[in-house]
Amino acid sequence: MRMWFVCRFCCPAAQSNSNPEWEAKVLEYFKGQLREKESHSWVPSLNDVPLHYLKPNSLVKFRCLVQDMFDPEFYMGVYETVDPSTKANVLRCGKYKDVTECGVDLNSRNTVTAERQTFYCVPIPGESPWAKEISFLSARVVPSTSYVPSRQKRSYEEDDDDMDTQPQKQREPHTVMMGGGGEHPHGNGDSKRQETEAPSSQTTAPSDCSSHLDLNFPLPGERGPACLVKVYEGLDSFKLNDTLEIYGILSVNPVLTVIVYPHRDPSLLLLNPTESMETPEEQRAHDPPASLVPRLHMLYARPLQHNNPLLPSAPTEDQSAFVSSFLVEMASVRAELLAYLTHVLLGDGLAAEYLLLHLISNVYTRRDVLPLGKFTLNLSGCPLNSYTERLYQIVQQLVPCSYRLSMSLHTMNSMRLVPKKDYVANRLVSGALQLARNTSLFLDETQLEQGQLDSSGVRNITALGNLISWQKVDYDFSYHQMEFPCNINVLVTSEGRSLLPSDCQVPLQPQVTPPNMEEYLTTIHMAQFTSQINKFRVYLSLARTLDYSISDEVTKAVEDDFVDMRKDDPQSVTAEDLHRMLVVARLLSLSLGQTTLSRDGWMRAKHIDMLRRSRTEQQKSLNGNEP
Amino acid sequence: MSSPTSTPVGSKRSRDDIPVTRKFYRNRLSESYLQSYVDMSSPLMYGTPSSRVEGTPRSGVRGTPVRQRPDLGSARKAPQVDLHTELPSADGAVASEQAAGQKLVIWGTDVNVGTCKEKFQRFLQRFIDPTSNEDENAGLDLNEPLYMQKLEEISVIGEPVLNVNCSHVQSFDADLYRQLISYPQEVIPTFDMAVNELFFERFPDSILEHQIQVRPYNALKTRNMRSLNPEDIDQMITISGMVIRTSQLIPEMQEAFFQCQVCAFSTRVEVDRGRIAEPAVCRNCNTTHSLALIHNRSAFSDKQMIKVQESPDDMPAGQTPHTTIVYAHNDLVDKVQPGDRINITGIYRAVPMRENPRQSTVKSVYKTHIDVIHFRKTDEKRLHGLDEDSDQKLFTEERVQTLKELAAKPDVYERLSSALAPSIYEQEDIKKGILLQLFGGTRKDFSQTGRGNFRAEVNILLCGDPGTSKSQLLQYVFNLVPRGQYTSGKGSSAVGLTAYVMKDPETKQLVLQTGALVLSDNGICCIDEFDKMSDSTRSVLHEVMEQQTLSIAKAGIICQLNARTSVLAAANPVESQWNPKKTTIENIQLPHTLLSRFDLIFLMLDPQDEAYDRRLAHHLVALYYQSEEQIEEEFLDMAVLKDYIAYARTYINPRLNEEASQALIEAYVDMRKIGSGRGMVSAYPRQLESLIRLAEAHAKVRFSDKVETVDVEEAKRLHREALKQSATDPRTGFVDISILTTGMSATARKRKEEVAQALKKMIQSRGKTPAMKYQQLFDDLRGQSEAAITKDMFEEALRALADEDYLTVTGKTVRLL
Repeated sequence: MRMWFVCRFCCPAAQSNSNPEWEAKVLEYFKGQLREKESHSWVPSLNDVPLHYLKPNSLVKFRCLVQDMFDPEFYMGVYETVDPSTKANVLRCGKYKDVTECGVDLNSRNTVTAERQTFYCVPIPGESPWAKEISFLSARVVPSTSYVPSRQKRSYEEDDDDMDTQPQKQREPHTVMMGGGGEHPHGNGDSKRQETEAPSSQTTAPSDCSSHLDLNFPLPGERGPACLVKVYEGLDSFKLNDTLEIYGILSVNPVLTVIVYPHRDPSLLLLNPTESMETPEEQRAHDPPASLVPRLHMLYARPLQHNNPLLPSAPTEDQSAFVSSFLVEMASVRAELLAYLTHVLLGDGLAAEYLLLHLISNVYTRRDVLPLGKFTLNLSGCPLNSYTERLYQIVQQLVPCSYRLSMSLHTMNSMRLVPKKDYVANRLVSGALQLARNTSLFLDETQLEQGQLDSSGVRNITALGNLISWQKVDYDFSYHQMEFPCNINVLVTSEGRSLLPSDCQVPLQPQVTPPNMEEYLTTIHMAQFTSQINKFRVYLSLARTLDYSISDEVTKAVEDDFVDMRKDDPQSVTAEDLHRMLVVARLLSLSLGQTTLSRDGWMRAKHIDMLRRSRTEQQKSLNGNEP
Repeated sequence: MSSPTSTPVGSKRSRDDIPVTRKFYRNRLSESYLQSYVDMSSPLMYGTPSSRVEGTPRSGVRGTPVRQRPDLGSARKAPQVDLHTELPSADGAVASEQAAGQKLVIWGTDVNVGTCKEKFQRFLQRFIDPTSNEDENAGLDLNEPLYMQKLEEISVIGEPVLNVNCSHVQSFDADLYRQLISYPQEVIPTFDMAVNELFFERFPDSILEHQIQVRPYNALKTRNMRSLNPEDIDQMITISGMVIRTSQLIPEMQEAFFQCQVCAFSTRVEVDRGRIAEPAVCRNCNTTHSLALIHNRSAFSDKQMIKVQESPDDMPAGQTPHTTIVYAHNDLVDKVQPGDRINITGIYRAVPMRENPRQSTVKSVYKTHIDVIHFRKTDEKRLHGLDEDSDQKLFTEERVQTLKELAAKPDVYERLSSALAPSIYEQEDIKKGILLQLFGGTRKDFSQTGRGNFRAEVNILLCGDPGTSKSQLLQYVFNLVPRGQYTSGKGSSAVGLTAYVMKDPETKQLVLQTGALVLSDNGICCIDEFDKMSDSTRSVLHEVMEQQTLSIAKAGIICQLNARTSVLAAANPVESQWNPKKTTIENIQLPHTLLSRFDLIFLMLDPQDEAYDRRLAHHLVALYYQSEEQIEEEFLDMAVLKDYIAYARTYINPRLNEEASQALIEAYVDMRKIGSGRGMVSAYPRQLESLIRLAEAHAKVRFSDKVETVDVEEAKRLHREALKQSATDPRTGFVDISILTTGMSATARKRKEEVAQALKKMIQSRGKTPAMKYQQLFDDLRGQSEAAITKDMFEEALRALADEDYLTVTGKTVRLL
């Protein structure tokens, strides 16, 4: 295994002539090796190991989201150069490399031009601290072997750090951070990554090129390495916003850093057509210093179904064994989780049930424009003050990816939710709605106050509405809009009924009124063991991936039921209600680990929906002014 | 390829083609190269002195200056072929050695200048395209050689540019076309020569600014930016896209002027691959490093960098659009603005990244761009409204075949309508209506007789209870059509729908920004929450929905834009539930003037019927558990449907046949008759027009060029169904078109009359009472009448009598006159 980390890519081009299939064989070899059990955990990850500890030209992996796709580029697949020692003409391979060696004979007839594409990848936005922590700890084993204590590999401002940071990171592997979700798990990882932290203000294109580089993270306050991934094969199989685990060759050659002179000699511009094509902004976006944004030459990418490190990620027999063993426990874990959520929701069992269903919801397919399986929950009647914030922290502890959007008037008016194409820098400027699949988006409407929404505020609200109703975001390409489907679980907390559409509204009915909310929630939270919380995490991720079907018999029963309900009062049950009940029934069955709908399941779904509806009716009559 | 050394990616060509001699070349550098490179004894070294005799330049050619074409060689001069004098000795020697009659070709290609020129001249003189319908050819005689007429045009107008459609070249001479595509850099100058000779032969006295330049367009090689690959380098391509950024004008040096600081000797150096080699030694006085560049005596040409982005239509879902850099030269600079949709014909180039002399390693990446030869705006036509091929999709043979097979099936209409929004349950007739809307009628032009264009677009209004998946249907249609726009009545203003004037922040120019209706020209504009639209916004729809144009008069811009858009609108009833006791107008509170412009108005109501409920439940449950494959089998693919519609819209233009027109006449007469029995008008010419449109659309669905009786039957049925839903008078149960055309049913009108008469009678019976109390009169009338009389009805009756000048109402008193 060790050799991977020093694996250097010199594929003599002579080889390419004699054996044209070598490229396929290289991929085959790596895929084969990585398929072996455990082997992928030996590859150091860019997410966990600071860049300067990684050896250039070695194999690394990166768990990321494709944030932007740049234009395809042509490169020298094979080029001819003069070997400095023998003075003979030799052919070299340019694949998986950024730079050529020695002087290239540009006029050689042996030059082969090939095509590749660059993706701009960022770490998965909103990844929960616990998920980072666990994958960090599990991958701890090797990276020290690749550590070369040579100064030149370091990025700037790093001199105070040293080897001793490593043992510190191996803090008790089984504690999970409680409470304060904003905290970053590896304290001293922070100082290392300071330079790659996204500026929390949403300013674009700093006027001074020496200023902070905007790494274009979708969410403010994110940190972690961004990476330019060079993709060689299967370009069409990748889509924007895919989450991938990329295995590739790291390249941090300092030559890649283009120094932008703001005041270049204009006469130079005249004669350098190739250089005048790009604005400084574009150069900064497309050729950032390699020490900050390393290049990764992709060998192999694995699409991630989820980023929960507690679950086996590959859909192998490994996983199915894991699933079947967990299925047995499912019902009991569910009961525990439900009890926990009930406590959190101040003793409201029904709301807890719905919250649980919401957390495992997932857009499993689309019928033309209609996304199926989405289940947006509006939790109304939330106590004010910091309750919603605490609630979010608890949700964050349970799901691998989440983001809380506080819908205050100011954020709605000023924040960029929808990604927008910046034509000057020629890149897609990210927005908070550019999220990975199955991210939990927590919209806190209790923060909204009276006031005027300006035009960007209205656009943001519309975007949220579209997201909830159609599970799509229309990216702004200024001359036209482009629709990107997404799969985001939206939870809206509000005082009254939310102004946003939702699939289902549950008014919260607190059974207990703790004098000190904060203390109350912290106590509940602390009472859970880490192992317990981990079980919940596995449960939520797993329930989502289960298959589901309805037998003909139950179909018939459901139909009969629907007809019966309509017979009594056609106004009471509409097609929309049936839509919702089918989703509830599905989620309810899955939450119990049942992969088919049973009659009981259907009745239960009907029952809780009835309870919920009577509660909303009640709420309506209480304050009649509500629509 | 002028010189072998200059090809960065020349490997392909040089490997494939055997190097042969060349007839001319462009710089000294390559000469020495060539001599060492070409094997002189090779039998492939051809040269024929005889081929040089032809094409004697006429005086006219000499008199007109040649203009450089930086678009053809990024920094090289176009070959100035004066075939008599400039032959280099090396080549001459080669040529003379060769046996006469052998072909002489340009180095690196298989292009023989003489043959090529001759072929092109023949093409210009003979090519006739009787079926041409391009707008550029308007006013030309289609039965005469097309390009000769264009040359004549040049002599008159004096614009020395000849645009040549490559598909014409292809149909005339496929080999010439192949050469043009593969070696544009060599072939186009040859074309230039050919056309100039021809032109000055014909019009020897013409004075042009510079010699004519040939600009080919519409190369079929590449259509899509995404399909560009390394093979296309240095070939001529045509791609479509949208301009997103244009740079300022860049003066590019073509020729540098150096002067010796010692002896004032001057010399000129041409740009070679973007660089100028500064002469180290003065040739006159032999001083080293004494030459200085004199800027204002050097020659520059205009250049502009333009960024073009893939048009959203030809992009795979889920990926971001690609961009390409395009260089425009000389008079093509500033021809396009950001936002324009254009077709670009040009030469695809790849340039290696600049080598840094201090580093031995370089980035192994090429920069690519296109040197543009020809621009063609595709959205320009929206303003002329001449032809439709602007967004013509190209269909492959197989695709057309599958589409035709599909069309031949007897149940194609049902199949297509069920393929439409399969997730929405039943509502067959609504889907059929929308399907016909997607196809549209045949466009007719009556401008000769003064009526202008007849509307070919079908407008549909859906009204009904909230939550009956109206929005979903709209969303589906919006996603299906290439030029769809989706707006919500609540959020859109008149300005957002039509057009607004904006000041461009950069240029400070006033720019007309088009709104949803104009953007969906030739498409469908989906308007949700139609009833929530403000009156002023709705009023713009009046013009759009009948005249299909949009007149704008604001901020000094007065214009009429085409908005040939179909409107698909959805409206909710005023009371949150549809009131079956009221008419459509009363339910949705829309002005009848607008309603009558909809061809079909459908109600989407909850039928509240057990069998329906069961089917609905089945459908929904199936939706939730059926696997992807099952669905695929059941329904047509959305892509097929898209292509089917696009194909029918472009290629099928059905016309009424005799029986169909008879059937239509009968149908119309029948419709009129229904009402006349009860003294009502039940159909207006507008309904006849609707019928015709629907029948034509149905014929399009069948891929039929003739509208037949079946089409009329279906149009009649659908129209009747829609009327039954929307124009049934709730009081009588009869279908009454006047509900939609006058906003009031005939019975209601009759009733109003009756009440007024009763009131009049009552007042008359009282004798001489010049003034009465309003309230008392109302109470009396109510007491007298058997039917219930509301205050509204009473007021209406009063108003009617006031109109007759029988009485006046002032405040609370009613006075007789």
